Amino acid sequence: MNGAWMAQRWQRNPRFGLVLIALALVALPFVVGAGLGNTWLRVLDFALLYAMLALGLNIVVGFAGLLDLGYIAFYAVGAYIYALLASPHFGLHWPVWAILPLGALVACGFGVVLGAPTLRLRGDYLAIVTLGFGEIVRIFMNNLNAPVNITNGPKGIAGIDPIQIGGHALTQPLEFFGVTVPGLALTYYLFLGLTLLVMLAGLRLQDSRIGRAWVAIREDEVAAKACGINTRNVKLLAFAMGASFGGVAGGLFASFQEFVSPESFSLMESVMVLCMVVLGGMGHIPGVILGALTLTVLPEAFRHGAGPVQQALFGQVLVDPENLRMLLFGLALVAVMLYRPSGLWPEPRHRLELGAK
Amino acid sequence: MDIFLQQVANGLTLGSIYALVALGYTLVYGILGMINFAHGEVVMVGALTALAATKFLLSAAFPAPVVFVLAFIFAAVVCMLLGVLIERIAYRPLRNAPRLAPLITAIGVSIILQQLAMMLWGRSYHAVPPLLPETTHQLLGAQITTVQIVIVGVAALTMASLLILVNRTRLGRAMRATAENPGVAALMGVDANRIIALTFLIGSALAALAGVLVSANYGIAHYNMGFMLGLKAFTAAVLGGIGNLAGAVVGGLLLGVIEALGAGYIGDLTGGVLGSQYQDVFAFFVLIGVLVLRPAGLLGEKVAERA
Repeated sequence: MNGAWMAQRWQRNPRFGLVLIALALVALPFVVGAGLGNTWLRVLDFALLYAMLALGLNIVVGFAGLLDLGYIAFYAVGAYIYALLASPHFGLHWPVWAILPLGALVACGFGVVLGAPTLRLRGDYLAIVTLGFGEIVRIFMNNLNAPVNITNGPKGIAGIDPIQIGGHALTQPLEFFGVTVPGLALTYYLFLGLTLLVMLAGLRLQDSRIGRAWVAIREDEVAAKACGINTRNVKLLAFAMGASFGGVAGGLFASFQEFVSPESFSLMESVMVLCMVVLGGMGHIPGVILGALTLTVLPEAFRHGAGPVQQALFGQVLVDPENLRMLLFGLALVAVMLYRPSGLWPEPRHRLELGAK
Repeated sequence: MDIFLQQVANGLTLGSIYALVALGYTLVYGILGMINFAHGEVVMVGALTALAATKFLLSAAFPAPVVFVLAFIFAAVVCMLLGVLIERIAYRPLRNAPRLAPLITAIGVSIILQQLAMMLWGRSYHAVPPLLPETTHQLLGAQITTVQIVIVGVAALTMASLLILVNRTRLGRAMRATAENPGVAALMGVDANRIIALTFLIGSALAALAGVLVSANYGIAHYNMGFMLGLKAFTAAVLGGIGNLAGAVVGGLLLGVIEALGAGYIGDLTGGVLGSQYQDVFAFFVLIGVLVLRPAGLLGEKVAERA
């Protein structure tokens, strides 16, 4: 099978390409698991979680152009809802399919609570208010262990139930037609399915009446208003929808990690998700996914590669790999933006309209 | 009443430092319209280089006040070079890029500076040797240290001179012209690149000063000290109306006082349910409240929606 033949097939029948991609996605956890081990399977799962988050933020920042620096708050809300309703902390063990929609709903409510007072704010003012909102949520989670212990404070909530599907916990391997599928791979399939769903929702939204209204607001709010768009409702909808995606991702995170603490929801996390969106290509769904995958996998590669490479080059580890990882990460952010200011894979239409600013 | 005055004094001290850092944000924002996210890290570099210089000079047996001034000058020079370098590498190439691109490079620079500082100075907290006399004064029942007086005094002087520089001198006029309309300013013979570099120079010198003062106030310096300080200062700049110099000063002082009072009284106000750990929440709630009522900040002009 050579490349030219494949390219030919692809052109004749685009569905052929989709089948190839689907096969690759199904096989991926086995290849990664066998070649690189469970650590990388976990990384893969996290990459999908971040892709979900980035797709959610993309609705707010990419489509509607509302700069949100506190997005992680919704992720936190979703995660804590899951943690409270399915852990020994309160002795509740609700099923996952009840909690995830509830988490989405509550996060959505938080989105509206944040969105409503900030409708009049523009650009950077909005950024700082959302940032403040994110910090407020984190500080409350850090301190709501007194006088009534709700969140267990900085210690966090441990022992969260793993996701169970049809009575099978996703932490256990599953025998399937004689093939043993490890738990991390099962999680991968679940996350992959949900990411595809979120992606599909994003794609459908983008071309819908609402999606076009968001883009109109992003490009020029006054003109959008003049065209009869109810900017208030449409902006609130962007916040609510982005937030509910974040809430679902948060619930998945809590169940996957089996532990949540306020530390996981710092401002740096919000910034990271924003970086994924901008670095990948704001408003462009494949670009955003690429951004999320790059920024999750790359630092891990640095983390695992930095020690051995130094060992090989200098005969000793000169710089702490963790330190080097973040340093290279910072350099990568700067370098990518300098050479590709619109992101790694920008939206074609966006490039045409805003290329000259 | 004593506690009230004490907290106001503490708040004004902290607020002066916020104001100095906020001026750096607002200067850059006024001219380039971008959030210089890395500014907080410049403050950190200022504090740590000043500390290094202090240790060196003290070992050479210079008298304390001289050390204080020399260490500041050294830190200011380092920070000014750093500020100009950051602008040159990370911001200038992106001046016509999409709006969020320089924000991301700024975040990148901020991470790089933090990691470099961690490599150079380690993760530990460094004690800053006290260079100013540790005497306290009684003022209307509040205990005020000499350090606090120096901080407020130096900050006030610096801010006054900055206002004079921007509003009364030729350079200041060029800065305001560039902020207003870079194209027209260039036609009038203003070299925009030079003005922008100078803006970063001034902002970074203010950051160095803030770094020296804040480490003198708390007696510690740390590779991670710039992040939260920068965040608060940016909040202050927005509170006052970003791009507005007087607004940055007002916002900084106000935020400092609100935080101090919040920390002092929040327990009493809520019957002990919420403690001083909610200090930051208090500051952010005030910010949100102010911006909901005045979307352009306290002193920000109401800008007409663009046509």
